[in-house]
Amino acid sequence: MKNNKKASPWKSLQIGLATLLGLVVFAYGFQITQVNLEELRSEKRQESLVRVTRALAQPEIFEYDQTEEIVNQPFYVTCPSSGSETNIPEPDTSAPYLVITPACANPGDIVQVEGFNFAPYTTGPVRFVPGSDPTNIVSLGRDTAETDGNGHFVVSMEIPDRPSDDVQYIRATLKKNVGAPHLTQTAYDTWDKIVETVFLALLATVFGTMLAIPLSFMAARNLMKTVKSPLTSIALSTLGWPIGIVIGFIVVRWVGGLSSGLGSNIWINLASIVITPVVVIFGLRWALPQEETALPGRALQITRLGVILLEVLIGFFGLFQLAALTMSIGKSLETSLGSFGFLGYFLFQVGDIITILTPALGALAAGGTLSNFMGRIGQLASEKLPMATTKILNIVLSAAAGATVLGLIGQLVEWLYQIGNPLYVLWAPVTVGAIAGLLLAVFTKAKESLPIGLVIYSITRTLLNTMRSVEALVMAIVFVIAVGIGPFAGVMALGLHTIVSLAKLYSEQVESIMAGPLEAIEATGANRLQTIIYAVIPQIVPPYISYTMYRWDINVRMSTIIGFVGGGGIGFLLQQNINLLNYRAASAQMIAIAVVVSIMDYISSVMRERVV
Amino acid sequence: MLQIRNLTKIYDGGVKALDNVSFDVPDGQFLAVIGLSGSGKSTLLRCINRLIEPTDGQILWNGEDITKASPEEMRRIRRKIGMVFQHFNLVHRSKVITNVLAGRLGYVNPAWSLLNRFPKDDIEKAYKQLERVGIADKANHRADELSGGQQQRVGIARALMQDPAMILADEPVASLDPVLAHSIMKHLEDINDTDGVSVLCSLHFLDLVHRYADRVVALNAGKLVFEGLPKEIDDKKFKDIYGRDAERVG
Repeated sequence: MKNNKKASPWKSLQIGLATLLGLVVFAYGFQITQVNLEELRSEKRQESLVRVTRALAQPEIFEYDQTEEIVNQPFYVTCPSSGSETNIPEPDTSAPYLVITPACANPGDIVQVEGFNFAPYTTGPVRFVPGSDPTNIVSLGRDTAETDGNGHFVVSMEIPDRPSDDVQYIRATLKKNVGAPHLTQTAYDTWDKIVETVFLALLATVFGTMLAIPLSFMAARNLMKTVKSPLTSIALSTLGWPIGIVIGFIVVRWVGGLSSGLGSNIWINLASIVITPVVVIFGLRWALPQEETALPGRALQITRLGVILLEVLIGFFGLFQLAALTMSIGKSLETSLGSFGFLGYFLFQVGDIITILTPALGALAAGGTLSNFMGRIGQLASEKLPMATTKILNIVLSAAAGATVLGLIGQLVEWLYQIGNPLYVLWAPVTVGAIAGLLLAVFTKAKESLPIGLVIYSITRTLLNTMRSVEALVMAIVFVIAVGIGPFAGVMALGLHTIVSLAKLYSEQVESIMAGPLEAIEATGANRLQTIIYAVIPQIVPPYISYTMYRWDINVRMSTIIGFVGGGGIGFLLQQNINLLNYRAASAQMIAIAVVVSIMDYISSVMRERVV
Repeated sequence: MLQIRNLTKIYDGGVKALDNVSFDVPDGQFLAVIGLSGSGKSTLLRCINRLIEPTDGQILWNGEDITKASPEEMRRIRRKIGMVFQHFNLVHRSKVITNVLAGRLGYVNPAWSLLNRFPKDDIEKAYKQLERVGIADKANHRADELSGGQQQRVGIARALMQDPAMILADEPVASLDPVLAHSIMKHLEDINDTDGVSVLCSLHFLDLVHRYADRVVALNAGKLVFEGLPKEIDDKKFKDIYGRDAERVG
């Protein structure tokens, strides 16, 4: 109690100071953000605000076809000398006609224009037509006529300063809506673009999800923590990646050349895409027996390895043939299918994608395989070889691996910044890498298992966090430069952003799975891949679906504005119309966005409920 | 023959979970491991199939040193050691049959696991194991739809799929009521008797130990404090194992 009393004045002072500080912060904030209501009260602002708001409230979605009833009534300014008034013919009272009183006037006079026999409840301008030609499109004045139930109106108009001896005209143009309302051109454009937007989001989400899943495993601490390898194995598998990628790329490209050498004869293509899968399946079935209790002999293992390699090559050949086939089918369908030509276009593009991706895929696969294979050799070596030999081997391999990695990074730097000095971008990194590898090998125990998993985990996490902080809109700017303005740039940007942000979210889910099943599956002798498939994946399916839906939501919303920077979708149209001050069209697009986003929201919540 | 030699495990925080433990388990024995919670029973069992890496010591199984085995050899060793857990450790969202088939993963080529394919023989075998533990009708239910006792039977079926030479049971009945506990223990006893599988089972209740175990080892604070027949546990031994304040119940 005593303590409390003593602290009380000090406490009040603290609160007072904090309040004061808060006030100062907000005052400065007002200054910085230029809070100014005076501007809002100015008449000019008010007027534009009202105009824009009204335009926004009338989205340009529906319109009527209109018919016009045009009547030109001869009129004199100024009144001619007496006797010539007979020039004005009697109006035909069976059709719409105008009566002007008086029939002639001086400039600045007010005359009364009365209309008869027009269609009821129509509106339109009443104008003075200068010159003696009734078809003159130039007209003066700003009066509007509005007919009553009998097709009658009365308008008072001021005669403009256009005196002439010749007859001039006063024209009433009454517009009438006919038929049912129909969609405007804006509505059609908006529909086109909103479809583009939805599909942009769909593709970005699908591709992003597919790549985010494997990445998320690498960014999950609980899975990576247990990955440990001796240095020999790590160094060898590090070396395996670049070597494998180069070999894989060259070999698969060679296979591709072999395939395209056969030409795009549909029958050859068709035959090979039937034969290759059969050969591959039978070969792999032989080379990868489902279950083996006894350890196979060396010779058999090597034969199997050879068969698998051969099968993979045949498989890639089949992929190239498939690509050629889909491309040629797609091309012919595109013209023959008419309005379903997009299917042909799709096939053609898929074929093209396969052609481009296959060498990259082959390079990655070869890199991974060689790395894995060399890692195993390293593992075996560190198990079987004596301590001293392992140490020497470690020093050599680790130095080589370090040199390779840093050398490659140096080359990347060279490519990015064009430094042009091999001392900085080649020799220095290679030396530093070699020394780092050497030191690592010297200061670790020869056969100790190093936590390589945690290293990969940290690198992946850092990369993900860095990339995630780059907004998709900024990525879109880069991709617009890379692949040109259009929805494809948007797909790439949104897809990349989806990968990095989903991988992060996913990995957190992997980290929070129950450890029990993981332990149980591991205890059965399952390897890492099997553990992931049978213990991790079943547990993460619901949150993965839920996050993918959530991301799909975000992507739809993002794709509505990605057009602002040229990434395609409805944003492009919206920005254009805002810049052209065409607020009624912009309003139609805003409504479309709101409708699509809320529909997506609804669908995704329903699906989430169903699945999870 | 399983031989544990000077097994020691010190966790990262410095906790000594196992302290120089040595004992033998002849083939086909039903060995109970008893001790207070935290005395190192789970750590001991998990060191045997190296779910936990021992810090020091040897585990010889038929002459082969498990602690020195490479990952590839470990896969071959682990698939002969079934494991049953206190919390069953089934994959809840998978079907019962998938959970049982998972016991075969140490034998199946990993490439086929990618496609989620098991050999036909294994699938037949899985149904047979489910029949053996009496829940063949639940094969296509989701694992979390089953009651605790049923889940533990799935756990046993999964261990049986491995054609084990040894089963490690980590307090298999601690989450079950006494009736279910006996039915589960009877399954383990049956496997031990008919298949000749060694069973290492950690238990809390001494009546279960008396009823089922051939031999007992007892741990206290990571040290082996008793090794012998169940009936040799008298009041003095009991206090050695469970501490001076413990009282016998049941």
